[in-house]
Amino acid sequence: MHTKVFQLLVDNTTGVLSRIAGLFSRRGYNIESITAGTTADPKYTRITIVASGDDDILEQIEKQVRKLTDVRDIRELEPDRSVYRELAMIKVEADATQRVQIGSLVDMFRAKVIDVTDESLMIEITGNVPKVDAFINLLKGYNILEIARTGIAGLARGKDGVVYLP
Amino acid sequence: MNGADAMAKCLELENVKVVYGYPGVAIANFFDRLGNTGIRQVLVRTEQNAGHMASGYARTLGEVGVCAVTSGPGATNLLTGIATAYADSIPLVCISGQVESDLIGSDGFQEADVTGAAESFVKYSYLVKDVNDIPRVFKEAFYIANTGRRGPVLIDVPIDVQKAEIKNFQYPEEVSLRTYKPTVKGHVQQIKKAVSELKKAKRPLICAGGGIFLAGAKDELISFVTKHDIPLVHTMMGIGVLPTDHELNYGMVGNNGTVSANKAMQESDVIIMIGARVADRAVANPDTVLDNKVLVHIDVDPAEIGKNVGPAIPIVGDAKSILQDLVDTDFEIDTGKWREYLKQYRSIRERVRVSDKYVDPVAFVALLSMAMDDRSIYVADVGQNQIWSCRNANIRTGGRFYTSGGMGTMGYAIPAAIGAKMADEKRQVVAVCGDGGFQMSMMEFATMKEEGVDIKVVVLKNNYLGLVREYQHYSLNDRYEMVKLGTYPRLSDLARAYDIDYYLADGMEGLEEKIKDFLSAKNQAIMEVTVDANDTVK
Repeated sequence: MHTKVFQLLVDNTTGVLSRIAGLFSRRGYNIESITAGTTADPKYTRITIVASGDDDILEQIEKQVRKLTDVRDIRELEPDRSVYRELAMIKVEADATQRVQIGSLVDMFRAKVIDVTDESLMIEITGNVPKVDAFINLLKGYNILEIARTGIAGLARGKDGVVYLP
Repeated sequence: MNGADAMAKCLELENVKVVYGYPGVAIANFFDRLGNTGIRQVLVRTEQNAGHMASGYARTLGEVGVCAVTSGPGATNLLTGIATAYADSIPLVCISGQVESDLIGSDGFQEADVTGAAESFVKYSYLVKDVNDIPRVFKEAFYIANTGRRGPVLIDVPIDVQKAEIKNFQYPEEVSLRTYKPTVKGHVQQIKKAVSELKKAKRPLICAGGGIFLAGAKDELISFVTKHDIPLVHTMMGIGVLPTDHELNYGMVGNNGTVSANKAMQESDVIIMIGARVADRAVANPDTVLDNKVLVHIDVDPAEIGKNVGPAIPIVGDAKSILQDLVDTDFEIDTGKWREYLKQYRSIRERVRVSDKYVDPVAFVALLSMAMDDRSIYVADVGQNQIWSCRNANIRTGGRFYTSGGMGTMGYAIPAAIGAKMADEKRQVVAVCGDGGFQMSMMEFATMKEEGVDIKVVVLKNNYLGLVREYQHYSLNDRYEMVKLGTYPRLSDLARAYDIDYYLADGMEGLEEKIKDFLSAKNQAIMEVTVDANDTVK
């Protein structure tokens, strides 16, 4: 069982996201996270999917996704040749003393406090998945009220990215 | 010109000759304007069969089959037809009416999200929201359906879009799909690799599937096989790529296949798989297929390569083009010993007859197919009749064998046969069903009569759902739950109700003569063949 990050460039048609998500569900592929957004060219949408499975499954995922009529390109974002980022928002219960303690953790991780009430803090952290995981782990000593994670977005380094056709 | 006119015009420009369908208010405008063209409209008796008829039509001509139905239940009834075509990669364009655009999503009367429902078994689908998109959408739909790996495309058109005025009808000369570009030409380097494996091979084998017919590559396949005397086996969808009696044809592979074909698969050292997807019924243990051998997998769909069996030398592209490249490459191999070895397994038949009181379905199928014209089309339904047929029917040069191979849809044979006959009225078309599948499709006798389509229908009648009964016999301690069909309807009376000639074969005596009479009947005809319920395919 491995995890791979796939980057897709798809035509921005009606229902394209459901076609892709539907392919994963009906063929029993695992999606760990999926993010979508427009690209430099509004005709296209970029989708980043983190999927897991054995080698055969991961190969099939790439082929079956490529086969979808709306998909312009799919490629793996290889870990050592790409940059991934995820954003997480974490709401923690915190009184005045805890607020200071948590504040120092926030500084260490270069996270940001984005909202404060008298009994809670909301923190924003951006980074690769292990960093976000590590930060959340450290906060487990406190009472975490809510977490929202975006799933990762990624790009290949250098000019190695997806090529646009005119 | 409104949207409905535009839809009809698009079909004319795509050279469509027949549209199978069933109206409702949501598609009536389209049929109204289709009536202004020369296109034949065939009213079926249930929508599923519109899909199957279009499938039989498409398979016969190698063109796109077209069907049109109304919204909601019309569209959902068609789904099985679409899924059946998808599983066998048959090119269809399916048009469905839809409720008014601004009612979509409100659970309106006869509203169903058909593009959503069909998503997993269409090659692509459209919900047309702007009447001006109709020409582009139709052009793309026909292109997508009949290029690359063939398949059904669905176009859902709301009733207000059909009624709206179209500003400027211009049918595109070409499609410009940024994201869809199927590979046709096989990679030169890969073809070289395949040839170099073949040169080394002592026991080469070709395994051909339905992709050969879809690509129109039969002639190229025959040239290649006969040029080097390479033994050939085929899948169920590949029946007829070589005549059954051809000396290089070692039969059908798989758990319902012949001894010689499976032996050849096991013992070959290089297998060239063409237009076949190594499905679970064709290859029982895909993992062991590759023991001690090299697989060259030729398919237009790269996702098929390595899906069920691998690794292989992949050649992605159109079978016709790649086979032509292989024919044009000169090399020598000697397959004499290998063919001699395989020959000994050829005549092995494992089956033992149970009873003499009934018609032996194996003998019947063989006799029937031998009595049919060389260029005839044999359409088998699903169940025991299908297994008996695919193992024992004799298909000759120019003959075809259709069945619902991937989906295994009961009730396919009669509507597919009707579509096939409409595609080419000169060809003899015979549908062979069991009594289960027959009763799922017998309503189309009315279509057959009203349209004056002359097909012959065989019902192998054992009063049971035989293949399930057989499973219960082997695996569920002979508990025959839910499989007894009983004796109704009386086929003789049914034949009278539809003004069809009726023939009965209830024993082996004079069977050949009866079959001849049945096939040469001037009218449409049905032949009831009584088969022992204890008779099995194994």
